[in-house]
Amino acid sequence: MKSLRSLLRRAIVPSLAVVTALLLGAVVIILTDFENLSRIGTDPLGAIGAAVGGVFNGYGAMLTGAFGDPERIRLAFENPSDRTIATAIRPITETLVAATPLIFVGLAVAISFRTGMFNIGGDGQLIVGALGATIVGVGLQTSGLPSLVILVIAIAASVVFGGLWGFIPGFLKARTGAHEVITTIMLNYIGAQVVLFALLGPALRAPGSSQPISKNMSAWVDVPSIISLPAIRLDYGFVAAMVMAAAVSLLLFRTTKGYELRAAGFNMTAARYAGMSAGGSMMLGMTLSGGLAGMGGGFLVIGATGQLTNDLSGGIGFNAIALALLAGLRPSGVVAAGLLFGALTTGGKVMGIQSGIPFDLLFFIMAMVIMFVAAPGLIRSIWRVRVPKPAPEVASVAPTAPAEPV
Amino acid sequence: MRLELREITKRFPGVLANDRISISVDKGQVLGLLGENGAGKTTLMNILSGLYKPDSGEILVDDQPRVFSDPHAAIAAGVGMVHQHFMLVPVFDVVEAVALGAETVRGPLHTFDRAAARRRIVELSERYKLNVNPDLKIETLPVGVRQRVEILKALYRQSDILVLDEPSAVLTPSETEELFGIIRSLAASGTTVIFITHKLNEVIEVADKIVVLRRGRVAGTADPKTATRQELANLMVGRDVELIVPKGPAKPGDVVLNIKDLVVRDDRLELAVKSVDLDVRAGEILAIAGVQGNGQTELVEAITGLRTIDSGEITIGGRHVEKATPRQVSDLGVAHIPEDRGRDGLIAFMSVAENYILDTYHRQPYSRRGVFDLKAVDERATQGVRDFDIRTPSIRTLVTALSGGNQQKVVVAREFSVPVQLVIAAQPTRGLDVGSIEYIHRRIVEQRDAGAAIVIVSTELDEVLAVGDRIAVMFDGRIVGILSGDDATLENLGLLMGGAKFGEGTAA
Repeated sequence: MKSLRSLLRRAIVPSLAVVTALLLGAVVIILTDFENLSRIGTDPLGAIGAAVGGVFNGYGAMLTGAFGDPERIRLAFENPSDRTIATAIRPITETLVAATPLIFVGLAVAISFRTGMFNIGGDGQLIVGALGATIVGVGLQTSGLPSLVILVIAIAASVVFGGLWGFIPGFLKARTGAHEVITTIMLNYIGAQVVLFALLGPALRAPGSSQPISKNMSAWVDVPSIISLPAIRLDYGFVAAMVMAAAVSLLLFRTTKGYELRAAGFNMTAARYAGMSAGGSMMLGMTLSGGLAGMGGGFLVIGATGQLTNDLSGGIGFNAIALALLAGLRPSGVVAAGLLFGALTTGGKVMGIQSGIPFDLLFFIMAMVIMFVAAPGLIRSIWRVRVPKPAPEVASVAPTAPAEPV
Repeated sequence: MRLELREITKRFPGVLANDRISISVDKGQVLGLLGENGAGKTTLMNILSGLYKPDSGEILVDDQPRVFSDPHAAIAAGVGMVHQHFMLVPVFDVVEAVALGAETVRGPLHTFDRAAARRRIVELSERYKLNVNPDLKIETLPVGVRQRVEILKALYRQSDILVLDEPSAVLTPSETEELFGIIRSLAASGTTVIFITHKLNEVIEVADKIVVLRRGRVAGTADPKTATRQELANLMVGRDVELIVPKGPAKPGDVVLNIKDLVVRDDRLELAVKSVDLDVRAGEILAIAGVQGNGQTELVEAITGLRTIDSGEITIGGRHVEKATPRQVSDLGVAHIPEDRGRDGLIAFMSVAENYILDTYHRQPYSRRGVFDLKAVDERATQGVRDFDIRTPSIRTLVTALSGGNQQKVVVAREFSVPVQLVIAAQPTRGLDVGSIEYIHRRIVEQRDAGAAIVIVSTELDEVLAVGDRIAVMFDGRIVGILSGDDATLENLGLLMGGAKFGEGTAA
């Protein structure tokens, strides 16, 4: 009971941040609805009513786009067939598909931040991990191995590649003091160029394509679907993300290694005084972080996309930083925030198509969410909630440490 | 000016910080305000400086009621503050730092009249014998001088009432003496001084009148001419405390820590420990006295494996540890109470329980093959909290929320939670109040009596004299003398600490 209450208490600020951001988003929708606003002089009530109606339209489309259309769900119940069921559940499964890489990279960011390492290199680690999976996937095309075996090797390769991409900045920091923010950002560029180089060569590139796109591997290796219905992409990558969230939580809060990582993250000197190896923690934290981001890339490229492109990550690395902070660096929070961001992006696309409100509004809303989470005092005063202040934070190190395991 | 506080009450959620506090101090008088951490001294000072408004009660300056609605009002009324943590811009020179916010200006453009400011500062500095060079940059000044710059700042703003918050906390013994000289000359020329501290000797030495606060109330007043340390300590804590923890004579056994010709460099690669030889036996406490920065820190770091040594030998229980890691040293049964508990000894944003296992987490029963036995952690931490009387709402409370004394108890409880053969305690009671000091000393003596060899490094002579069976004095990287606890006095230790040669009169 007590843990439930503390969970709810921790969720107050993030939840209110989302609500506030959506309300501000509504204001932006109204203020940019020039068509309706242009007749505010002649028909003020009608104009404002129509503009507000536009908000409901847009957010309604976002909701159905992210979670499903009640009408279609009803149809699926009345007349169950593969097609109707697929149509009904497609939005929610797409949300989970979008959330999967975000959760992987969000976990990666959380684990590195907890170690006191500001890993800005999620993008690079994800795409280099994806490259590892692609090399294995394409390389084993003619091996005759079963899909599942290739999958396992490919994912292992993605972890190794991503882990290496994380280990490099960790090693540089531990040995030379090179700041990880700089090195991880630079490795993002290098990673992108390495992938581009690999895709331009004949070994991986899709036959006949002049674009930097790899062969589509789905014919011989794929991540198994959870639900085998047409047009449903949800696969076991999502399950793997959940498992990893649990694993990260156990690692951080139930093992001595995790304890060392957290101790070093909070106070390097005290960790050293206690006989821990601070440099070891930096390298381990960054390697694990890179491995997780790489695994996200592996599942993405083998599962959802089936092929590697050099713009695969699409900014996931940066969104994941925001997401991990929103989550208070807790694995359970990363899952929740990942689902939220997944729902916003999936629903936002539908909103863009159906209501004409540009998809880009989503960036505004997500940015607002992050800003409000970063300023809990603002949320408290807007909503007049008395949230017990979290323990004073070392602002730049890591948001609120939980005193108990998540 | 005469200052009077009448029935000042200040409440914070859940705490009555000041409960009907009435005190008065006359023009030219020095009031010593004595109290433990949490007694309400700081709240009272913040009320005086206009940072907090009292819930009820009056402040009277020269018998006129005044309301200090903000710090400006307090300054305008003539109340000047010298905070424990200095508020000086490091890159400014003394003139700029003192004049900041109260600049004398001239001309149509209101340019800073540096010459005028400098003249006044020089004049003030001479009148009160502050001895501050007005043209030096703040960052180049030693701590004691910076404090005098703070005092100058208050005087520059024409403060007739000077409030000093724990002014000696950052000073060496000789700097403290100088400060007392300044306080006396200020008082003699009519400045009213309120001196806030938890150190008994200081109020007795410098105050004309002593008020003791306890739990937000005035626990009593005392006359420094007649009051004893013991009386004041009892008033402060509210029970009979032992200023000097009773201990029997040491029964030295085998040598546990042996140091031969040790040479260690500091972070700037300069020689910090220059050929030290030292033996510490089981069942004895060796106190190392000395002014901060004479190589004690580096010596401790060398023993505990935190700093690589240049040359020499260190053995603990017969094992060579010159190249040992901190973990290897700790596993030999060495407890290390580090000098700066906040930086080196605790992880502020971890819980009491997590801090309790900070250097034993990898051992049984906490860890089995790298996985925590959370039940064992909780049980042991609960036990430690109980045994060491750590005042904390729960073992899940973040350690940063505890008072300094309780934080130090977490460190000591942890270090003594496993059997030890050697204890290295650096400044084990720095910043702690009388009650906590007594407690920590008692625990250290217990370890001695249980057969551990103890090294206490301290800059506080009271502490060195109270607990040391033998006292070594460190100066400029060397041990310049070792006295037996019975032979040591404030005088001969003070001389040695100042660099006097170990002479005939101070036989060991």
